Amino acid sequence: MEMRAVYAECMAELMKADPNVCILDADLARANGTLGMYPKFPKQMFDVGIAEQNMASIGAGLASYGFKPYVQSFTAFATRRICDQVAISIAYAKQNVKVVGTDPGMYAELNGGTHMSFEDIAVLRSIPGIVIFEPVDATQLRAAMPIINDYDGCVYIRLFRKEAPDVFGEGYKFDLFKADQLREGADVSIFVSGQLTTEVLTAADKLKEEGINCDVYNIHTIKPIDREAVLASAAKTGAVLTVENHNVIGGLYSAVAEVLGTSKIPVVGLGVNDRWGEVGKVPYLREVFGFTAENIMAKAKEAIAAK
Amino acid sequence: MKDIKTICKEIRCDLVKCIAHLGVGHIGGCLSLVDALAVLYFEEMNVDPANPKMEGRDRLVCSKGHAGPAVYATLANKGYFPKEELLTLNQSGTNLPSHCDMNRTVGIDMTTGSLGQGFSCAAGVALGSKLREDGATIYTIIGDGESQEGQIWEAAMFAAHQKLDNLVGLTDYNKLQIDGTVSQVNELADLGAKWAAFGWNVIDVKDGNDPAEIKAAVQAAKANRGSGKPTMIILNTVKGKGVSFIEALGAANHNTTMNAEECARAIAEIMGE
Repeated sequence: MEMRAVYAECMAELMKADPNVCILDADLARANGTLGMYPKFPKQMFDVGIAEQNMASIGAGLASYGFKPYVQSFTAFATRRICDQVAISIAYAKQNVKVVGTDPGMYAELNGGTHMSFEDIAVLRSIPGIVIFEPVDATQLRAAMPIINDYDGCVYIRLFRKEAPDVFGEGYKFDLFKADQLREGADVSIFVSGQLTTEVLTAADKLKEEGINCDVYNIHTIKPIDREAVLASAAKTGAVLTVENHNVIGGLYSAVAEVLGTSKIPVVGLGVNDRWGEVGKVPYLREVFGFTAENIMAKAKEAIAAK
Repeated sequence: MKDIKTICKEIRCDLVKCIAHLGVGHIGGCLSLVDALAVLYFEEMNVDPANPKMEGRDRLVCSKGHAGPAVYATLANKGYFPKEELLTLNQSGTNLPSHCDMNRTVGIDMTTGSLGQGFSCAAGVALGSKLREDGATIYTIIGDGESQEGQIWEAAMFAAHQKLDNLVGLTDYNKLQIDGTVSQVNELADLGAKWAAFGWNVIDVKDGNDPAEIKAAVQAAKANRGSGKPTMIILNTVKGKGVSFIEALGAANHNTTMNAEECARAIAEIMGE
C-alpha cells in the first residue's frame, strides 16, 4: 500500500473521530492522496488553491479556534517556500498545526531540482518548537499518526508517497521521541532516517558477513533527536555513520554531530553534499548521491578506520 | 459610559505615555488607528475583559502587528489589564512586546508582526467561527503598506471564495510607509476597486479618524452578514493623528523617538482638542 494511501486512511480515521481535525491543501490533494476524501468531510477539508503561505497562516487561525489542521504540500513548498509562515504564524505563535511535506529529497524524481528538497529539515530544524518526523514504512506511519495528532504543537511529517518496503512488523511499539534499534552491533553505529533505512539494513547485513557488526538505528524523529540512543550507541561502538536523503548541512548528520560534539567519536555523514538535485528516477539518483548499499558499506568502514 | 471621543483621547494619551516612557516606538501607525480600535472595543465588539477567552466572542487580528501599543492602550482602557502595565511596553521581560503576541498579552487574539500573515490567520479564524456557527464577527486590521504583501491578496481570494461574511477587514489607509508615501514606494492605485474585484463588500470611510463614521461603517459591515461577502472598510486616516508635530514628520513618524517634553506637549494637544 502506498504511504500516501496509509496517510489518507489515518487522516480519515482521525477526522471521523474528531471533527476538529481538518486538512488544508494547496492544489496538491490529488498528488497527496487526499482528494477523494473531500466529499466525505466537507466541513473538515479545504483546498486553498495554489497559495501555500496563505494555507499555513489560515491553519494557524483555525488552530487558534481549537481546530487541528494539517497543511499539506510537497516538501519544498511546505517548508522552504513558506518558512516564515511556519515560523511565525505556527511555531512562534504556538499554534497546533501539523505540516505535511511529501516527496522528500530525491523522491521528487522527475519534478527535478526545483522540487527536490534537500534543505527542508535544515530549514525547520532551526526554528524552535517544531518536531520533525520522517516515517519509514506503513507500520510506523500508522502507529505514529494518532500520537502525532495528540501532540499539542507543530509536527513536520516528511512523507514518502509511494509504496515503502516493510521495516517494522507486528507488535511494533512506537514512541515519537525514541529511536528504533534495527540491528545490534559493537563496531559502528549507523543512524538513518527515512527510506534509506532499507538500504542501510542491506549494507549492515552484508557487513556482518564480513565480520563487521553495525548498531543500526532508524531516527524517525530528527528533532528532538533521541540523544540517549545516540550517546549510548556511539559510546558502545566508538564510530558513527549517518545516512540521510538530505543535505549533510542541517539534517541528520548535523543533529547527530551536535549531540556528539564534545566527544572524540568520529562521525561520518552520508548525504547530499551541498548540491542541487536533478531530474531522474530513483535508481539513477541513488548512484548520483551515493545512496547505495556498497557506498554505505564503504562509509561505515571509513568511520571505523577513523576510530 | 464616557463618550467615544473622550475614550479616544485617553487611549491616545496612554499610548503616547508608554512610547515616551521607552523613548521610541511605532507611534505614527498607532495614532492613526486609535479611533477605529476605540469604536471596535468600546462600541461594536462582543467582548468581555473579565473573560478574555469567552467562547463565541468577537475577535480582532491586528495584522499590522507593529500597532501593538495602540491595541494595548485600548485593551488597558477597556479593563483587560491595569493601565500601569502599559509602561512596561518593550521593557525587558514585558508582556507587551512591540508586535502583538497572543501568548503574552491578555486580550490579544492572534500573534502578528510578519506582515500579511495576520490577515490569512484572520481568514482562518473566520472560517473557524463559521464552522462552529457561533455567530462571532472577526475583525482584522491591515496597513496600506502591508497591502503590498502578496499574502494579503491570497487571503482576499480565499475569504471571498469561502463566503466569509463574518470577516471585517479595516485598512489603515494613512498613505505613508517607512520609505516614503505609499504612492512613491509602490502605488495601491484604486484600493477600493481592488477589493471589490476580489469579491469583497467595500466601504470607504472618508475620515477614518472620525468615530461616528467608523461606527456607521462597522455597523454596515455587520449588516452585510448573509451576503456571502467579506467586508473591507477603507479608513482614510492620518498617520500620527492627534499630535501635530508627529503628523508633520510624515513618513519619518513610522518609528520615532519621543522624550518627556514632547510627551507633555503631545498630551496637552490631545486633551486640548
